[in-house]
Amino acid sequence: MITAGIDCGSQNTKGVIIKDGKVVAMALLPTEFDADLAAQKAYEIALEKVGVKKEDVSRLAITGVGREIVKWGDTEINEVGAAARGAKFVLPETDTVIDMGADSCRVIRMNEDGSVMKYEVNDKCASGAGTFIEAMARALQVKTEEMGDFSLRHTKELATNAQCVVFAESEVISLIHAKETREDIAYGVHMGIANRIASMIRRVGLTDHFTMIGGPAYNKGLVSCMSKVFGREIVTPENNQFISAIGAAIFAAENQ
Amino acid sequence: MAEIEKVEYWRWTESNWKNPEIPDWHGSLITAGVDIGSTSTQAVIMADGVPYAYSNMRTGSNSPDSAIGAINWAMQDTGLTLEDITYTIGTGYGRVNVPFSNKTVTEITCHARGANYIYGPTVRTILDMGGQDCKAIHCDEKGSVTAFMMNDKCAAGTGRGMEVIANLLAVRVEDIGEMSFQVDEEPAPVSSTCVIFAKSEATKLMRSGWTKEKVLAAYCHAMALRVVRLLERNGMELDFAITGGIAKNIGVVRRIESIMGIKALKPTMDTQIAGALGAALIGKELVEKKRAKENQ
Repeated sequence: MITAGIDCGSQNTKGVIIKDGKVVAMALLPTEFDADLAAQKAYEIALEKVGVKKEDVSRLAITGVGREIVKWGDTEINEVGAAARGAKFVLPETDTVIDMGADSCRVIRMNEDGSVMKYEVNDKCASGAGTFIEAMARALQVKTEEMGDFSLRHTKELATNAQCVVFAESEVISLIHAKETREDIAYGVHMGIANRIASMIRRVGLTDHFTMIGGPAYNKGLVSCMSKVFGREIVTPENNQFISAIGAAIFAAENQ
Repeated sequence: MAEIEKVEYWRWTESNWKNPEIPDWHGSLITAGVDIGSTSTQAVIMADGVPYAYSNMRTGSNSPDSAIGAINWAMQDTGLTLEDITYTIGTGYGRVNVPFSNKTVTEITCHARGANYIYGPTVRTILDMGGQDCKAIHCDEKGSVTAFMMNDKCAAGTGRGMEVIANLLAVRVEDIGEMSFQVDEEPAPVSSTCVIFAKSEATKLMRSGWTKEKVLAAYCHAMALRVVRLLERNGMELDFAITGGIAKNIGVVRRIESIMGIKALKPTMDTQIAGALGAALIGKELVEKKRAKENQ
């Protein structure tokens, strides 16, 4: 059986094809201004990669903020459900998922059977999301992808205070003027985010098997800061940007 | 290659003023208040409790220099020197960095006292909209603080948030208020919680064909909603007055009035000097008390 999932996020749109319980194709492209077009393209690219026709797909599920715009799927699932299913699929021992996107962050605690026990969402403020890291990278004149490596090379435990992206930009600039190194500032930025996520974790309860998904999970500096704050290993699956799309495809298979 | 002029849209006009009714001062007591805020610094000089001169300028990277710059600019046409000032109070977040101050007082106390002077003793609720924070203050008929609540964690609802949108839309920050009313009908607000989200919403709206005026209306609306939530949590008691830089932005002020169904008192002086004015007044009272004690 072939099912498909599209995760139409605020920054990137991801398409995934699952065949007989295996991920066979993945595609990612920027959502930009036309979420519907991005979803169509992501779907078509994924289908093409594995040589599957639309007619061969039993069911297609849409998730992500764009699911309110993309209405041609067979079904849809919210971001929490998709993230939980996807994380459980790639790492079955997962009991808490940290799903960090460009504009939002979710912490989802799961029951043993993979159903959602409780969750916390921050989508009102960019302070715990990928956008925050991007803005700080700009202020530091470092590529977003390099932030992790810079942070890992830190030599002192620099603390940052600002929560708001706008105030944090000014703080980073002041720290540069105070001759702090970019490595230490990057570390301070990541610790700030980790502490904010920690307060979400506290509200759902601390467990043992954390899985972090979403683009910022590629950032090893951030992941290391989070491990430090939680006192737990944070596992990041391969292809962590695609986990929610995978979850959507699994959901599509469930409801046959 | 043609040189492109880089306009700093966020820049607001600095100013200084001297009371024309007091051409040459021969009074007995000169006090000063210096309010070093995150964004702006004001110095107010009072002569026997009457505003004599003031300055209002940007806070530089060095707070003591800003304090000295502000007091010198205020004194510019008065013939006064620092030695003529009997008592100076520093206030604002940089209050410990006023090198010539005799005392520091928090900006909340000073703003309430200053608003009481500017707007009269009927003021009970003051909304101070600063560069990087926003405060709802309650006070009694003497201008003493009875309760307050503040947001200093988030740029939404602060002058900094307004600067971000001024730069994004390339509109001078001082023109935003007027422009935001040049719309056929009031649009729905953009995100009122996060400046970053509001900024990306504004970009999307511009690309979808909205005019700058309409985006500004949606943004001013969002900012008004944001501060109204703070006011509602703190409770509203009339009369109501707004101080700080955003009090000059009618796009936000009128929308706050319309959401809450009340009118803010009309300012008679620069709304940004309320803190420094309050500080100078408190200084005058302290000196008078001390002198009264000595004369006993």
